[in-house]
Amino acid sequence: MSALSLAVQDSNTMLRRNLLHARRYPSLTLNLLLTPIMLLLLFVYIFGDVMSAGIGGGADRSEYIAYIVPGILLMTIGGTTIGTAVSVSNDMTEGIIARFRTMAIHRGSVLVGHVVGSVLQCVMSGVLVGAVAVAIGFRSTDAGVLEWLAAFGLLVLFAMALTWVAVGMGLISPNAEAASNNAMPMILLPLLSSAFIPVDTMPGWFQPIAEYQPFTPAIETLRGLLLGSEIGHNGWLAVVWCLGLAVLGYFWSTSKFNRDPK
Amino acid sequence: MRSSVMPTSKRGNGQEPPAAVSTVGLRKSYGDKLVLDGIDLRIPAGTVFALLGPNGAGKTTVVKILSTLISADPGSGDIRVGGNDLAADPQAVRAAIGVTGQFSAVDNLITGEENMLLMADLHHLSRSEGRRTAAELLERFDLTEAAKKPASTYSGGMKRRLDLAMTLVGNPRIIFLDEPTTGLDPRSRHNMWQIIRELVSDGVTVFLTTQYLEEADELADRIAVLNDGKIAAEGSADELKRLIPGGHVRLRFSDPAAYQSAAIALRDVTRDDEALSLQIPSDGSQRELRSLLDWLDAAGIEADELTVHTPDLDDVFFALTGGTNVPNQPKETVR
Repeated sequence: MSALSLAVQDSNTMLRRNLLHARRYPSLTLNLLLTPIMLLLLFVYIFGDVMSAGIGGGADRSEYIAYIVPGILLMTIGGTTIGTAVSVSNDMTEGIIARFRTMAIHRGSVLVGHVVGSVLQCVMSGVLVGAVAVAIGFRSTDAGVLEWLAAFGLLVLFAMALTWVAVGMGLISPNAEAASNNAMPMILLPLLSSAFIPVDTMPGWFQPIAEYQPFTPAIETLRGLLLGSEIGHNGWLAVVWCLGLAVLGYFWSTSKFNRDPK
Repeated sequence: MRSSVMPTSKRGNGQEPPAAVSTVGLRKSYGDKLVLDGIDLRIPAGTVFALLGPNGAGKTTVVKILSTLISADPGSGDIRVGGNDLAADPQAVRAAIGVTGQFSAVDNLITGEENMLLMADLHHLSRSEGRRTAAELLERFDLTEAAKKPASTYSGGMKRRLDLAMTLVGNPRIIFLDEPTTGLDPRSRHNMWQIIRELVSDGVTVFLTTQYLEEADELADRIAVLNDGKIAAEGSADELKRLIPGGHVRLRFSDPAAYQSAAIALRDVTRDDEALSLQIPSDGSQRELRSLLDWLDAAGIEADELTVHTPDLDDVFFALTGGTNVPNQPKETVR
């Protein structure tokens, strides 16, 4: 068997193992969905009147829903990858990983299985949260087939980038609690982005941070694709961030995984 | 206490069988702490080898290195497993071995059957072959009834059996069993011994670590005693027992006067005045016993109790691992 088909076959086996875990124990994934859904409802129905005034131009509630949904979707992906960090950390404490290391299987398949499983879960979570958004009145005003495909591609790319970083966080965490804490930026960063309010309404000293952190370019790009707002430099910035984080996360994770276990 | 390495006796038939596992000067340290200090091993194919040692002696470290889980220190000599150089081709070593660790290496979140099918997939068996192998092994290890339950609900003995069943999916020719019966009840332990004997009868080489002397005595063709990162002695159970003097006949008296007169009449005895007992060196053979009894009769000595002691692996173990005063304690203290 060629090295590539061995890698694909073993990764596929590991993916099925991870999906089995997720299906058998869905509470972790579902709990992580609660945060973005609650924030969505909170900002729309509780803070909505004040917040919509803040985005300018006399916007009403439906316009504010449209404004925050792209950020909520990316926050959903961030939250889901916290679950990835936790399950990777849990997995590494299990004897089964030691067994995998002593078997003639493709070395990277354990991590690839986690990553692909996590990206699939991110997509499913995104669809679920998106359905809630549609139910409370979100409509895409300006997206054709091409824009939808691009938006989907961006979500997958973003999920893959955050997942590789989350896998590394899981690998360096001694237990599930530490993994959950280490991965906390994944769900906190969207709060410091253009997800809920425009960057130019923030204090001046903070604006560069908010503008160039990974979430804002991705949010602005998604917003542009779904709602027709200006994308500008955010498009390539988002892609660069995603590829950069994915590559960094990949090398970080594989080097941590390949060192001798304790 | 002995610190030198006992010579390994050669087999009588001249031609040595090929080695399944061999190491030369195997070393491993963690930071300043030297765990393995030059281990030489040669395990002929198709035999059971037991690595015996107290907790912390480095047994698990040896298994981890030989099973490619961790690397040996650069100063180590050649390590070969199943004919493959461990450093140059770890993947070939992995294809030849199966490992069942001290802590069970099963996926607790999925069922026993799913664990078995996972192994079948990772060994690239076809779907039907995988199902058949899984079903056969579950049956053989008496797990068919529990096959559909999550492994987290299994008892210690069941987990250990599932662990070993998973190891056997790939039909490995060399199996490492790291303390396979630690924490098992006596019945489960005997079941595990039976399973190991069956493996050996199929021609599998078994590398066993244990802290139970009885287990090494029961199962192993050859035993090495590991202490402080070095092999303190190596040989068959009988060879090891011969290293230690200690065979004796023990005479116990209840009457102090009888004890005193016997102690005076018999020279060359070890006295235990507290217990009113005398130890006479003896190999325990019928001939020696008869002459001893004749001699006691002739001297008019009548002991209340006579017991014959042959050295067991406990004596060897304690003599080699430095527990000088321990041999009189019950066996349970080493468990």
